[in-house]
Amino acid sequence: MTRRTLAGLMLTTALLGTGAAAQDVTLTIESWRNDDLSIWQDQIIPAFEAANPGIKVEFTPSAPAEYNAALNSKLDAGTAGDLITCRPFDASLALYDGGKLADLSDLGAMANFSDVAKSAWQTDDGAHTFCVPMASVIHGFIYNKDAFAELGIEPPATVDEFFAVLDKIKEDGTYIPMAMGTNDQWEAATMGYQNIGPNYWKGEEGRRALIAGNQKLTDEPWVEPYRQLARWGAYLGDGYEAQTYPDSQNLFTLGRAAIYPAGSWEISGFNAQADFEMGAFPPPVVNAGDECYISDHTDIAIGLNAASPNAEAARTFLEWVGSAEFASLYANALPGFFSLNSAPVEMADPLAQEFVSWRDKCQSTIRSTYQILSRGTPNLENETWNASANVIRGAESPEDAAARLQAGLASWYGPQQ
Amino acid sequence: MHKARHNPLNSIAAHAALLTWTAIALFPVVVILINSFKTRKAIFREPLALPSADSFSLVGYQTVMRQGDFFLYFQNSMIVTVVSLAFILLFGAMAAFALSEYRFRGNALMGLYLALGIMIPIRIGTVAILDLMVQTGLVNTLMALILVYTAQGLPLAVFILSEFMRQVSDDLKNAGRIDGLSEYRIFFRLVLPLVRPAMATVAVFNMIPIWNDLWFPLILAPGEATKTLTLGSQVFIGQFVTDWNAVLSALSLAILPVLILYVIFSRQLIRGITSGAVK
Amino acid sequence: MATRSRAHVIVFLAPAVLVYTAVMIWPLFNTLRLALYTSGEEGRVFTGLANFATLFGDPRWSGAFWNALGNNFWFFFIHMIVQNPIGIALAAILSHPRLRFAALYRSAIFIPTILSFVIVGFAWKLILSPIWGIAPSMLDAVGLKSLFAPWLGRESSALTTLALISVWQFVGIPMMLIYAALLSIPEEILEAGEIDGITGWAAFWWIKLPLILPSIGIISILTFVGNFNAFDLIYASQGALAGPDFSTDILGTFLYRTFFGFQLQLGDPHMGSTIATAMFAIILAGVCIYLFAIQTRMRRYQF
Repeated sequence: MTRRTLAGLMLTTALLGTGAAAQDVTLTIESWRNDDLSIWQDQIIPAFEAANPGIKVEFTPSAPAEYNAALNSKLDAGTAGDLITCRPFDASLALYDGGKLADLSDLGAMANFSDVAKSAWQTDDGAHTFCVPMASVIHGFIYNKDAFAELGIEPPATVDEFFAVLDKIKEDGTYIPMAMGTNDQWEAATMGYQNIGPNYWKGEEGRRALIAGNQKLTDEPWVEPYRQLARWGAYLGDGYEAQTYPDSQNLFTLGRAAIYPAGSWEISGFNAQADFEMGAFPPPVVNAGDECYISDHTDIAIGLNAASPNAEAARTFLEWVGSAEFASLYANALPGFFSLNSAPVEMADPLAQEFVSWRDKCQSTIRSTYQILSRGTPNLENETWNASANVIRGAESPEDAAARLQAGLASWYGPQQ
Repeated sequence: MHKARHNPLNSIAAHAALLTWTAIALFPVVVILINSFKTRKAIFREPLALPSADSFSLVGYQTVMRQGDFFLYFQNSMIVTVVSLAFILLFGAMAAFALSEYRFRGNALMGLYLALGIMIPIRIGTVAILDLMVQTGLVNTLMALILVYTAQGLPLAVFILSEFMRQVSDDLKNAGRIDGLSEYRIFFRLVLPLVRPAMATVAVFNMIPIWNDLWFPLILAPGEATKTLTLGSQVFIGQFVTDWNAVLSALSLAILPVLILYVIFSRQLIRGITSGAVK
Repeated sequence: MATRSRAHVIVFLAPAVLVYTAVMIWPLFNTLRLALYTSGEEGRVFTGLANFATLFGDPRWSGAFWNALGNNFWFFFIHMIVQNPIGIALAAILSHPRLRFAALYRSAIFIPTILSFVIVGFAWKLILSPIWGIAPSMLDAVGLKSLFAPWLGRESSALTTLALISVWQFVGIPMMLIYAALLSIPEEILEAGEIDGITGWAAFWWIKLPLILPSIGIISILTFVGNFNAFDLIYASQGALAGPDFSTDILGTFLYRTFFGFQLQLGDPHMGSTIATAMFAIILAGVCIYLFAIQTRMRRYQF
């Protein structure tokens, strides 16, 4: 009898429960991070839903290459999700200016982020912030520790040491010195030029001077990285011209290449696929003892669709994304995506720790082409991809490439004219 | 009588040529299929080797099957393709018949109007199409895709079918008219059976881009319930771009249904083509 | 023809015209209209033909446009001289009445055509990859290793390689069309030729080929339209920047990059529509040449 009452009670609660669930708000997240689908589904969303009953979250990523085009079409037609994963700088700024992203300046969690962290998702005057920063990525070189031990070499600190190491690996012949290709072009710019460049243009100092018009892309600090890149071609694998990004990743994780010019986002994938020990070193400096600079690029944030009917629930979610709990959850689920939250985050992954430790000894900057300078046509970032790939292939001299980029920039950017 | 067409040397040369091209045509497909059953190391070490007891592995398929409802995706793709094709063939043949059979004012203009669509990629109109679907409440329904594909396929269908319908003998149609058949009966009973090979051609031409389209499913119907197979497998390709086991398995899963469909329909197709010819 | 009531003409045309106008022409018209506007401070500003002046006058835009157009013509040229002759040859062999396994060959050769661009791009990149080594090791096996080069990564060979991949994929279509046309040639005509002593190769050249000319015409124009609208294969294998150094950029990829934007470059619907209008004009010109210059001169045979 009691059992039956109990069963009845449970049944009623179940029914009532589903009744209540039908009134739940469901938030949809638009994202290009389809790599992270399982992490969102298995770790992040359950943690949020447990703390916030009544709000359901769905993560619906699309492929990175189609994300911008697909998102813009959906926003224009009003079918986009409630929460929008934000690309840094102008792509998101254009959405905010177009009234597609809501102003989030009044969000309480914004206090947890430094101005630098927020800079990628603010209006130029810094008055309005429209996305909650999630993570940055750091550039450097990942290397095969076993291979280095076998050849008796140490991770290089200076440019000369760097090329001495490459020479030694090449001479030995067991490993391809460096795994990178130019087929997809962006690695040449991102893992090449933007990786080693900050040491030459002195990070933020050079980047701001370029925006202010006090330096030109034809100045020495901006041409020298191209000269360095031009030397890389000799150390890449056979047929690197047709080598794609996944090709390079596989070359390295299969243990065929010794060094991988990297972004920290590779860490979790490499951990899963490589069966040797990995280490990392920051971009080499010109002379021993020089101040070092790293690209610590604000890469990903999340904003609110201005047309969302569930704005209140979405803000609750965004407050949570800005919390220390999310920061720790995200940084540990995705080693290599470093939290931008001011609260210190403990990370378990040694490779991720290595990368993040450079923040203490080097100056951080972001990629030089992202803020303001890629606002016109020709687009400086896209031109940099093309120029970096050309320079590595030897199809264009460093000086010519720099002159072309400068002419393109000066054609539309006032301070450079 | 047919002696001249029966020369053993010729026939050997013919088989040699066909075998060569068949090998070229199938090679990449075979490479993808065999490697999808191998371990990661084996894929890279000996890409051309068949999977052996050592190198056999289903890990890619397991990864892919863990996520996504491939059966549902397949069903969606089927519905969209078959219904769109039916609309394209019916509407297209009707319009082609009107254009090729009747002389009326504006005939040539109408022909040109209906051909405009093959000259601009419909992708350009995406935002306006999406607007239309939002206003009519068709977003995230298979109907939205069917309408777009029908519109997209019509110009080519009308173009090809009217070309063929002009070849249908006037005597036949006039004989039908003398027998008192209505224009609708002449179309359905006399003309349609005669242009079957052309219909098969149009069907094949349209089936492929519809089945393989990634863009409109992504924009118009990205919901889990309406995802098509191509969109579903694309997500995997993006997601596991370095996990080649999963990529190759996802590709194989995307190839197989089309292959099976093709094997089923290719008989129909050939029969359609030949029956038109043999008369 | 002499029917008095015209209602059936409308019934025959209505469904196609309605769907086509609502879902295709209207949206396209709305989009192409954007070519005459530019985005100003307060939304859209009418600028007349200024965008066209930019496209053809500004060296950056016109350089990219002519580069894409030239590449597109090369892409089309390769299809015409490789795809269509191979397609016709295969169809001619297949249509041989005594050929064994014809159905098997036919089906196998058509298989690449039914694959999606994603699959085709991926498969060929694997085979041609200098790292995977399927192509290099096969060349090595016949002692021709030195012939191998990273074809997709070289400016001189990337576009031709992609065009040949596209030929590989689509050769089934001309083959099927010509095959259907060859089968529909009445036996009596061929027999009449045989009585006159025209057989084998001569019969193909002098009797069959003229009869299938309309089909070859259709194939050529379809190839033209298809090639000038092409996009997916190059996008899938070389990305939207159509590397190396834009050597594989065709109108489709140029349009996509401009209209929808790419990476940090924001989409520009106005310039995008301008390019689309230019593409439309090019394709329209080609189709008109076909319709008026070629098709009207070609004899039609009613069987």
